[in-house]
Amino acid sequence: MSASPTKAKAGAEKLDVVVSAVVPMNDLVTRFEFKRTDGQQFPPFSAGAHTVVEMNDDGRTRLNPYSLMSDPADTSTYAVSVRRDDQGRGGSLFMHRNVAVGDQMTITYPVNLFALDLRARKHIFFAGGIGITPFIAMIAQLERSNGHWELHYAARSPELASYADELRLKHPANVHVYYDSQDQAIDLQTLLQGQPLGTHAYVCGPAGMIKWVHDTAQTMGWPDDVVHSEEFLAPQPGKPFQVRLCKSDITIDVGENESLLEAMERCGVDAPFLCRGGACGQCETDVVETEGELLHRDHWLDDDQIAAGNKIMPCVSRFVGKTLVLDR
Amino acid sequence: MTIQFNDETFRDDYSFRNSDRAIKRFPFPFHEDSYMYSVNMEQHRGGPAGSVYEKRFDVDEHYLSEMRDRALVLDQDPLRCQSLPHMTLAGWDTLELIMVAKSEDYPDLFELHRDGDQWHWINKPMGIDHKFTFLDETTLPCGPLEYITRQAQGDYAVLDQRDDNLWMDAGMITTQADWSLDFDIGMNFFEWHAPVPLAHEMGIFKRALKFLMNIQQGAPARRLNWTMTVNPLLDTSPENYHKWGIQKSQLTPENIGAKQHLRVELQTFYRLPRSNALLFPIRCYLISFQDLTSIPKWGRRLHRVIRDLPEELATYKGFIDNRPMMLDYLSGFDDGQPTSPGIWPDLDSEPPLAK
Repeated sequence: MSASPTKAKAGAEKLDVVVSAVVPMNDLVTRFEFKRTDGQQFPPFSAGAHTVVEMNDDGRTRLNPYSLMSDPADTSTYAVSVRRDDQGRGGSLFMHRNVAVGDQMTITYPVNLFALDLRARKHIFFAGGIGITPFIAMIAQLERSNGHWELHYAARSPELASYADELRLKHPANVHVYYDSQDQAIDLQTLLQGQPLGTHAYVCGPAGMIKWVHDTAQTMGWPDDVVHSEEFLAPQPGKPFQVRLCKSDITIDVGENESLLEAMERCGVDAPFLCRGGACGQCETDVVETEGELLHRDHWLDDDQIAAGNKIMPCVSRFVGKTLVLDR
Repeated sequence: MTIQFNDETFRDDYSFRNSDRAIKRFPFPFHEDSYMYSVNMEQHRGGPAGSVYEKRFDVDEHYLSEMRDRALVLDQDPLRCQSLPHMTLAGWDTLELIMVAKSEDYPDLFELHRDGDQWHWINKPMGIDHKFTFLDETTLPCGPLEYITRQAQGDYAVLDQRDDNLWMDAGMITTQADWSLDFDIGMNFFEWHAPVPLAHEMGIFKRALKFLMNIQQGAPARRLNWTMTVNPLLDTSPENYHKWGIQKSQLTPENIGAKQHLRVELQTFYRLPRSNALLFPIRCYLISFQDLTSIPKWGRRLHRVIRDLPEELATYKGFIDNRPMMLDYLSGFDDGQPTSPGIWPDLDSEPPLAK
């Protein structure tokens, strides 16, 4: 046994997979299914987990997290659904345009930052758009253990409501779908009022929806720890900047369309990460010196840490100013 | 490799013994001549052939006797195994992990045949041949956690992960270094570590919690911990302190080499796939001072570590009163020569005792 403590590893363990199905759901969403290249079974996972899909986009490595939406008990296949983001940085576009059945890809072991609280007497799910995907796995898991759940799913229109029809068909009593195009909306206040003690609420969707559910529940006296959410942030483009990495003893340039984490990786720096969306905390890095402004965009650092100005999450956060030195 | 299982006791007449092989593979916990807390974690992915780190769940010569001792403890105190209602899935995770690992790592001792939910488990050393339905508790004689940990050496704490903390919500705890599952059940990470001195001030637990919550599927971790036990007792529980505490006062310069044991815990950490809980197996290895000092490097080093250990730690680990007698004994095995770095015995390269 070595004396040295284990250093945080870059990413979760990886699995080699082959794309076994590409199923367009509608104009925006496509489902990708994977089998293991070695023919083995996948590890089982807990509903709410995501995997990071590694894409080789013409020599540039893209790493995007997607919620696993397959039945956690089905170890023959993993599935994710990808919403095409035409204004995004290109990962979802690559998936939609370039990935075909038979392609070899690498994905990570499941990582769960959005787990069911198994103490709950009842689970009430609020999904917005593509935020439906983790709930499909959660429903499969709860159905197996006779769990008590209901789903409220808001989508733009019937055409864009991925999986709404099949969910409603399978679970007519538990699934409620709302279409913006038909002026339907989740009556959150009434729903939260009517829940039995021991109910846990879960929300996955756009930032505004997550905030709405948290704020409404809080106003109505729900304890914070029974309201669960997951929001992956895509790194936003920004002005290029330079950063000094003192442990690696190099100075690197972060381009307009890449994240600080991606720039480090491009320069061969082995930086730790898991979710790449500002949620898991794994890439937290000490700021040694700064002359300028840290643009924090993560969900990880608390207000005190942000005020202290000595930590940054390179997966989503950026910097504007003269000097930035990181302990990496 | 065939294992010869010992027929021995961890109580009453204390017939527990380590073979030469067991002595050489003992997980000596000190990588240098001094000791202080650290979050000394590393990946748990095998180790040198024959070492206790090689397999996911080490099976050794004490297996059958340890399982008999566990059954006795549970018979007298069923609360040593508990699982809060939401932890049943984590119990199945534990059963799956141990059965798969043991059948793959020790195919001559254990077999697991799976056809969908229909499982067939064969534990040859214990004479168990059992068909059951995975995830159906009615097909097991007891809960899944109790079922499998009656067949696996070491204690098992099963920690639920939620609200940015870990919670001691299930476990099988019969070979513990003076802590109680019945007392700790339902506590969070900071609550159950509250009695540990110094480490809180050093920020150890905050860092350790962060590390543990980030342990991922497919990437288990491990560390060693240690304490001292008089007589080879597995069950040094608070519940039975009235039985074993008094034995600490029965050490003499004549019997200390045989009676005083270094107690080492090989702690491993696994993310459980279906429940997202964290499994924390705590495997206890015991070695008498006289066996341990038969390895020259370990004799020299143990003397130096015990001599220089801060008083708070010697008190917390329960041997402050016996420390002078221990040092009298151990100094006979320390000739002042330097020791090689690392934990391994290095029998070929370390000089014999020059004293």
